[in-house]
Amino acid sequence: MKKTILRILSYCRPYRRYFILTILCTLVSVSLSLLVPILIGEAVDCAVGVGQVDFDGLAKIAVILAGAVLVSGIFQWIAGLFINRLAFGTIRDFRTELTAKLEEVPLRYIDGNARGDLIARVIPDIEIISDGLLQGFAQLFTGVVTIVGTLLFMLTINVKITVIVVLMTPISLFAAAKITALSHSSFQRQSALRGEMGGLTEEMIGGQKIVKAFAYEERAVERFEQLNKELGAASLKATFFSSMSNPTTRFVNGLIYAAVGTVGALGAIGVLPWVGVMSVGKLASFLSYSNQYTKPFNEISGVVAELQNAVSCAQRVFEVLDTPSEPDDSHLETVTECRGELSFENVQFSYVPEKPLIRNFSMGAKAGQRIAIVGPTGCGKSTIINLLLRFYEVEGGCIRLDGKPTTELTRDSLRSHFGMVLQETWIFTGTVAENIAYGKPDATREEIEAAAKASYAHGFIKRLPEGYDTVISDTSGLSQGQKQLLCIARIMLTSPPMLILDEATSSIDIRTEQRVQKAFEKLMQGKTSFIIAHRLSTIRSADHILVMRDGNIIEQGDHDALMAQGGFYANLYRSQFVG
Amino acid sequence: MQHLLRFLKPYRKELILGPFFKLLEAVFELIVPVVMAKIIDNGIAKGDAAYVGKMCALIVLLGICGLGFALTCQYFAAKCAFGFGTDLRSALYRHINTLSHTEIDRFGTSTLINRITSDATSAQTGVNMFIRLAVRAPFLIIGAIVMALLIDVKLSLIFLIIAPIVGLLLYFVMNRTVPMYRRNQQKLDTIARHTGENLDGMRVIRAFSRQKQEKDEFSQECADLEQSMLAVGRISAILNPLTFMIMNLGIVAVIWFGGMQINTGSLTQGDLTAFANYMTQILLAMVVMANLIVILTKAQASALRVQDVLSTPSSMTEGTAQPDRESEEVISFSHVDFAYAGAGDNSLDDISFTLKKGQTLGIIGGTGSGKSTLASLIPRYYDAKSGEIRIFGKPVQEYDTKALRKLIGVVPQKALLFSGTIAENLRWADADADEVQMQKALDIAQAAEFVGKLQYGMNTHLVQGGRNLSGGQKQRLTIARALTGQPAILILDDSMSALDYATDLALRTALKEQCSDMTIIMISQRATSLMDADLILVMDDGRCTGLGTHEELLEHCEEYREIYNSQMS
Repeated sequence: MKKTILRILSYCRPYRRYFILTILCTLVSVSLSLLVPILIGEAVDCAVGVGQVDFDGLAKIAVILAGAVLVSGIFQWIAGLFINRLAFGTIRDFRTELTAKLEEVPLRYIDGNARGDLIARVIPDIEIISDGLLQGFAQLFTGVVTIVGTLLFMLTINVKITVIVVLMTPISLFAAAKITALSHSSFQRQSALRGEMGGLTEEMIGGQKIVKAFAYEERAVERFEQLNKELGAASLKATFFSSMSNPTTRFVNGLIYAAVGTVGALGAIGVLPWVGVMSVGKLASFLSYSNQYTKPFNEISGVVAELQNAVSCAQRVFEVLDTPSEPDDSHLETVTECRGELSFENVQFSYVPEKPLIRNFSMGAKAGQRIAIVGPTGCGKSTIINLLLRFYEVEGGCIRLDGKPTTELTRDSLRSHFGMVLQETWIFTGTVAENIAYGKPDATREEIEAAAKASYAHGFIKRLPEGYDTVISDTSGLSQGQKQLLCIARIMLTSPPMLILDEATSSIDIRTEQRVQKAFEKLMQGKTSFIIAHRLSTIRSADHILVMRDGNIIEQGDHDALMAQGGFYANLYRSQFVG
Repeated sequence: MQHLLRFLKPYRKELILGPFFKLLEAVFELIVPVVMAKIIDNGIAKGDAAYVGKMCALIVLLGICGLGFALTCQYFAAKCAFGFGTDLRSALYRHINTLSHTEIDRFGTSTLINRITSDATSAQTGVNMFIRLAVRAPFLIIGAIVMALLIDVKLSLIFLIIAPIVGLLLYFVMNRTVPMYRRNQQKLDTIARHTGENLDGMRVIRAFSRQKQEKDEFSQECADLEQSMLAVGRISAILNPLTFMIMNLGIVAVIWFGGMQINTGSLTQGDLTAFANYMTQILLAMVVMANLIVILTKAQASALRVQDVLSTPSSMTEGTAQPDRESEEVISFSHVDFAYAGAGDNSLDDISFTLKKGQTLGIIGGTGSGKSTLASLIPRYYDAKSGEIRIFGKPVQEYDTKALRKLIGVVPQKALLFSGTIAENLRWADADADEVQMQKALDIAQAAEFVGKLQYGMNTHLVQGGRNLSGGQKQRLTIARALTGQPAILILDDSMSALDYATDLALRTALKEQCSDMTIIMISQRATSLMDADLILVMDDGRCTGLGTHEELLEHCEEYREIYNSQMS
């Protein structure tokens, strides 16, 4: 916990002048505001009774008081501005570093973590750190200054009563600690139940149409109400326990107030000689200090809870930041031109060490050849893509581009020679033109339109409300086929020498499919292409076919050779016609 | 709003007693400065130690009573709020279950989830805080002013001037900052969306080596957010210092004018102390009020959203008829038109066909041609705009909807499974299904083999959405789920797309052999999967462009020929 806090503080370093300025301003503002009760007390002492009011003194105090209040207020305001700069600046750096890190970590990390979980680290976790830690520190600081300040002032008024106040503080702390402990376990139970409830709700409402299809409503309601009842009870407990802390500390503060009042008053009368004589005004200001003295104790228990929450969020963020990035490879050779000759030599790979996936896989593709990858869904066809583009690294053997091992080339330059169209189309929020020009941001409008025309996307783009400037997103109502055409246009524009295509078109209608197919054909001309093939025509015309099953390449060769072999491929192929 | 207030009814007692006890506490709190003033004026001035002791005991007593009252209030507040929240969530969830697909489509599932989880909670917090603070803060303010008036009317004028100024300041700051906070939230949403898009497209981003640009964009967005947070910060940072200054300048005024009055004898020293105390109390109460207003504004917005769902009636009324499974004519559509709510054009146009028991209907056509829409009318997810749909001889509207749906096994396009064991998932269709029944369903769905290989077989736990299975495995389980209910009608909505041809074929063969009584509707993009169907319906843009057997269609239907040839070439 301590290490995490120190690490968070290290992010504040660029803003340390704000940190120091905040401390200084708080110091000024709090000390001056603490002067207020003493001045009020003195003012009261100036007005003892009828005809005995010292107006000169009163005026002087009033002016000083007004001045103190104004200066204190202004410094409080400035301190607020500084703490904002400190907090928001730190948070910006935090978030920038985290999002940048996401661009650097190996894909294995992104594939291995739930998408929602990673987003949660970028958004709510950092918000909680912002609220909790920094604002918490601010409060903690004001609190400490207030406690020390009030103690000092009380000491100047009356040492002995101050001792009484200090001796009574542990009661307040004890009460707060007791209540925090009591409510902590209830809060944990509440958040666990709330998580469970959120999960159930999301699942059931997300699948509402299935719920209705199976007339599952009553059973769903039953499960919901069961959990809901438990949640209600847990929340009641948690909230009640935690809401006890305010009245309880108020009560303890009341006790301190009463004690100070009694002792002070008795001292003023002279019954308790050891207390010393106190004026009424002094008593009034003392009472006011004792009141202010106890308040921070109240708040600190709240700060600690927030701090704990923030630390656990920060740990989640650091977990990402500590993941090793893809190693720096800027010293390696960059590919500037290539023919597109690819070969696999005894490649070994597995996602999980104990489950070897690809063993001793060898294959060569000459420039301009078409390689089809076939096999049932989920058989690991995308593994080949992962290895070719070095999203994942081979564990044995090597992949060569024009005879050079790909591991001796920079990843960026290697990847830029591949064009990739995946089944899962990726459209980001932005205009159509921006989406097409993603791989070549400086492309002119003419180039973009030419690419769109070549991929048969121009027609539907023209019909969009603002043509190429229409803002689209993944959910903006483009059909799957249209999105696919945009992804093809993207590649058309950069026209790399090697292609990786996932030809899956199961959810595309016939007409668009024909267009997509034509676009694919045009794209592939003269390029080395790896195609995850679903169409017989593609498979049959491929120069080489890789047949995959359960992550392994079980057969390879061209169509005729594989048919002659009469194995898995032949079976797969024939089953289509005996339906 | 009235709609939601009825959920408070069962907690009427708590709703009244809570604030009442809070009020008592506040009254006691207000008395304390008076007692202290008495100690100063009577005890100290007269040197009466016994009086001082008595009065201090009184303060402690007041404190104990105050604590008791406060705890009672908090308990009532929590009980009322969480009772209200729990009832509200239950009612909301129940209500959502009565809504038809039309309403679910209109709200969208993520909205509905948010209303149950965050909006209901926010409304609940609103009730809790309302009971705890709504009475206390204004009471303390008014009370302090009244007490001040009782002590001295003239001096109280200062209060009457200061309170509205602070009120106005609160109003100004909130008025300015609330929309700004909303803008901040939007900027945060942008970053969230961007992060999500990046995670989805990480392969594409790296394939184009665009990491640097993405980083720059993020950095820009974060800086943008920082700027707009600083902008709100500048305004809201002014609130506390300014309130502090105004109130304390008020105290200066009190002291000055109070001093003048003491000089003439119309005020005592103790009174002046009490006055200063009241001023501080008002200051604190004002800040509480500001927070309360923020919470209540949020709660009200949430309450309205909850209300919106609760007051939406289901657009469907159902009958009471029970189906008679013996009837020979299982499904018949006659001249059915359908349009989605809010859509201009018909999604289905003049569809007619009849299916007898044990027959299979294949539906083929492009995306958006209306295949799934047609299928969704059979379990009456939606009502046809015109025309008639009869199941087992009776119009669907005459049936008890649940009984009707129990007849039908639906396998949706998107294979959606739920967290729980495989067996639990299968029992969705029939809560009492036994092992044999489930095993048979798995066999037909070609899922028995892989389920058998799992370490815990049918008791294997699936995570939410069945993410620990492959696409093909999920599809086969959703088919088995539908079959477990032994439905009279089975609807397969393009639900074999992730299966390889061999499995697809095995499944169709098993269905034919073992479920010969079952009437099947099979939607597919693959002509080969549908070739054997008794009847094939070719859809294009909501219209039926061909209806007949494979051979008939090849001969007469151009669309069908086009599809078939494109897939066979």
